[in-house]
Amino acid sequence: MAISLFDTKGTPLADQRFTWKELVQNPISKLDDDAFTRVRVILMNGIEQQANRFQHMCSQMNGELREPLANIRRVEHHQQTMINWLLSGDHSPIETTIGYEQVAIEVTAAIAQQEPDEYLAQVYRFGLLEDFDHMYRYSALLDRMEGKDANNILQSYTDVIPGRPTVDEHRHPTDDLRDHYDRTTAQPISKMNALTIMSGEYQTRDYYMNIGPTFSDPVARQLYAEIASIEEQHVTQYGSIIDPNETMLEKWLLYEANEAYNYYSCMESETNPRIKAIWERFLDYELGHLNVVMNLFKKHERRDPAEILPQALPEPIAYQSQRGFVRATLEREVNLRAANTRFVDKSEEREASLQYRAHMNSEGSPSEAVAAGYVWQPGTELSGKAAAA
Amino acid sequence: MEKSTQMGMNRTGVDASPIHSKEMVRGSEKYTPASESNGHSMDSIERQYIEDSQSIGSVPVPGTISGALKAAMKKMTGRNPEMLLNKLGERLAFERSGVRLYDSFILKNQTLASIEGFSPVSMEELQHIRDEEAEHFQLLKESIEAMGADPTAQTPDADVSGVASMGIQKVLNDPRTTISQGLEMLLMLELADNAAWDLLIKLTDEMGLDEMSAQFRKAMEQEDEHVAMVRSWYEQSVLAQGAMGAPH
Repeated sequence: MAISLFDTKGTPLADQRFTWKELVQNPISKLDDDAFTRVRVILMNGIEQQANRFQHMCSQMNGELREPLANIRRVEHHQQTMINWLLSGDHSPIETTIGYEQVAIEVTAAIAQQEPDEYLAQVYRFGLLEDFDHMYRYSALLDRMEGKDANNILQSYTDVIPGRPTVDEHRHPTDDLRDHYDRTTAQPISKMNALTIMSGEYQTRDYYMNIGPTFSDPVARQLYAEIASIEEQHVTQYGSIIDPNETMLEKWLLYEANEAYNYYSCMESETNPRIKAIWERFLDYELGHLNVVMNLFKKHERRDPAEILPQALPEPIAYQSQRGFVRATLEREVNLRAANTRFVDKSEEREASLQYRAHMNSEGSPSEAVAAGYVWQPGTELSGKAAAA
Repeated sequence: MEKSTQMGMNRTGVDASPIHSKEMVRGSEKYTPASESNGHSMDSIERQYIEDSQSIGSVPVPGTISGALKAAMKKMTGRNPEMLLNKLGERLAFERSGVRLYDSFILKNQTLASIEGFSPVSMEELQHIRDEEAEHFQLLKESIEAMGADPTAQTPDADVSGVASMGIQKVLNDPRTTISQGLEMLLMLELADNAAWDLLIKLTDEMGLDEMSAQFRKAMEQEDEHVAMVRSWYEQSVLAQGAMGAPH
C-alpha cells in the first residue's frame, strides 16, 4: 500500500515520548533472528544518527530554526537509542562489524538497482565493490584472531570473497569527489537514495573510529585504521553526490521524507513482529516530523513541499540477498578506479592517487596481511583438511 | 530445561539455509584466488609491535616508609618486592570484582529460582562465598598497607586480570543468561582464583613473609571450598538437564 506524504499527518510531535524502559528493550537474538533484522537495525541507527548530525549542523547555521530543530532532534536521538540498543551484548565488535559490512553490501546493492540515474547507480556500484572487499578482510580477521566464522552473522546471504582490493582503494581526496545530482531535475528517489547510503557509510566510519582503539591486537588496530580511512573516503564520495545548492529546509524535508521511506521499507520486510511494531511506530513519528518541516518550508520559503517531495513513498528497499547482482558487478567492474569525478580503468588512474596510495602502503598493508591466502569456508579455515592435519 | 538449551530457530549454521550456503561455498571457491593459507600472515606485523611495545604500566612506588614496611623489606632482602606488590594488587582487584560478580549472580539465581521454582544453588552458601570474597579483599588491602604500599592503585597484573574478566562479567550481567551459564563463569573465576592464591602462598613463603603466608593459607582453604561448591552446582545443573525426563 502506497503511503501518501501529504494526506498523512503521522504522530503529533507532542505525543512522541519515551521512557528509559522503552528505549532499552530486549535485544534481538544474534543466533535466532534473521540477519536482515540486524541489517535493518544497523541501517536505521545510521539513518537516525545522520538526521541528528544534520539537524545539529543546521542549528548552528540558522537561528530561526533552532527551536523546531531542537524539538525534533531530541526525538530522533531517542529513536536512534531505541534502535541501536536492540543489538545484543553478545556481539563481539568484529561480529558487529560483519553486520555493518553486510548492511553496506546488501543495502547499497539494492539501492544501486533502484537508482534511476545511471551515473549515481555507477557511484553506488563503485562503493559496493569496496565494502564487499572489507567484508572479506574483516571475516579473515574474525577467523584468524577470534577463531569465529563470519557466516554465523551473515547466515549465508552475503558472500565472503575479495572485491576491489582494499589496498588499492586508497585515493587522493579529489578522486573521491563525484558530480552531484541537479536538485531541479533529479527524481526524489535519487535524492533519498543518496541520503540513505551516505548515512550508512557515515555511521560505519564513526563506528570503526570508536571501536578501533578498543582492540589490543596490532593487526586489528591497523585494519580498523585502514578501513575507517576508506569509509571516510566513502562519506566524501556519497556526500558529494548531494546537490550543495539545495536550501537548508529543502534538505531537511528530504531527510525527514527519507527517514519515513526507510522505516516504511523496514516495516514492509520485517519478520520479527516485535521489531516490526517499532518500525511502524517510527514511520508515524517521521511522518509527524515531516509535517512540521513542511509547514516550516511553506512559512520560510513560501514554496510548496510538493515541488521537492514525491506524492507517495516509493517502492520499498528490497531486503534480500543481492548475491547475483554483486557477483555480476564484481565480474564487470572490479578493475574500475576513480579519476576526479569519473570512473576509469585502473590503467588510467591519476598520479595524485597513485602517490598517495604508495605512501600510505609503504610500511605494509594490514588488509593484505590479514587476509593473505584466506579462503572462507563453513566453520572457519581451521575446518579445512590442511589446517586440521 | 533452561531457556538457552531448548531447540529453536538458530540460524547461524550453514544447514539453516542449505541453498544459500551451497552457493556461498561455491562462490568462495570460484572467486577467491587459490593460495596456501596457513593463518599466520599477520605474524610479521604482530612481531614488530611486540618488539617495539612499551609496558602496560608500572607497580607504584610505596609511599610510606613505616616500621612495618622496614621489617617486611628487611625480610625481603635480595628479593623483588615489586612482584609481590603486583600480585597482591592483582588479587585485591580480582576479589573486589569477584564480590560484584557474585552479587550479580545472586540476583540472577534469586530471580530465576522464583520463576522456575528450582535452582541447584543454595542461596545461603552463595551468600557465604560472596562474603568470604569480600573478606579476602579486606585481607589483601591490609597486607598491601602493611607493606607501606597503596591498595587503591591499579597494578599491571590487576589491570590485565580485569581485562581477562570482562567477558565473564558480560555473561553474568546479561539478563538472558541462565543459572548454568552463570555457574560456568563462576567456576572459571574460582579455578583461576584458586591457582592464584596457591601462587601467592608460594611467593610469600619464598620471601620469608610467614605471617602473611599463614593468613593466605586460611584464605586458600576457603577458596578450595568455593571451587568444590561451584563445580558441584554447575555439574548438577548441567547433568540434571541432560538427563532424560528431567523436570528442569
